[in-house]
Amino acid sequence: MQKNLLSLFSGLVFGFGVSLSGMTNPNTVIHFLDITGEWDVSLVFVLCSAVLTTVVGFRWVLKQPHPRCDSQFHLPTKQTLDGQLIIGSAIFGVGWGLAGYCPGVAIAALATLNGEVYVFVMAMLVGLYCSKKLNFS
Amino acid sequence: MNSSILHAIMGGILIGSSAIILLYFVGRIAGISSILRGVLTLKVEEHWRYFFIAGLLLGGVVYQWLAIPPTLVRSALPLPVVVLAGLLVGIGASIGGGCTSGHGVCGLGRLSKRSFVATLTFVAFAMLTTRIARHTLGLF
Repeated sequence: MQKNLLSLFSGLVFGFGVSLSGMTNPNTVIHFLDITGEWDVSLVFVLCSAVLTTVVGFRWVLKQPHPRCDSQFHLPTKQTLDGQLIIGSAIFGVGWGLAGYCPGVAIAALATLNGEVYVFVMAMLVGLYCSKKLNFS
Repeated sequence: MNSSILHAIMGGILIGSSAIILLYFVGRIAGISSILRGVLTLKVEEHWRYFFIAGLLLGGVVYQWLAIPPTLVRSALPLPVVVLAGLLVGIGASIGGGCTSGHGVCGLGRLSKRSFVATLTFVAFAMLTTRIARHTLGLF
């Protein structure tokens, strides 16, 4: 139960953080991605501060023998670059650039009650589910 | 300092802290697309996934409730484009093994070569797509 409550808390911090960062407003993201328009630099600060936090925090966390509520860390094992990584990321980028929502942002943005986000999340779930079924990865 | 930059920095620190909390206690990477994939395939024994997604939604609700400042919504984008974008984000994150949180925040935090390449790829393609959608197709 402690594990579940801590997961809930972690999700809550993520959802609040992503909303505070301005990313739940798709125009912030679009104006960052459009470097030829009126460039909005704020997303650079979001990404840099998030990554600096994890670089420092993860170093410390991964020195622990195991996570507090589990016997081992569950980390990705793949090390090599492959076509799936590049092709998948390129497809993801096209979708992100079209609407300005990435998965975490879209879920937190459901709270804005904007109809567009609900349509996006449904389509995203269909995409995740179908590619899982087709066994792409 | 401009308040949107300050909010961006504080928001980024919270996103990173969320990933640290999940890794430290649960031992998992806070990659939203991967967590959602697990939920969709009904990994019923892994309750933490449902709790994390519920928390993510709740975090958005708490923010909108406090409204500091409220998020502006957009509805100018044609619905078929929204559907296409959602499908591509879902399929792409699935094939590429992660999204902005899994590769961008957590993967770079682990200094992963794969995540570095993935992040450069999706940011480059997103910039190109936005440019074409706005300036060539005039979508928004």
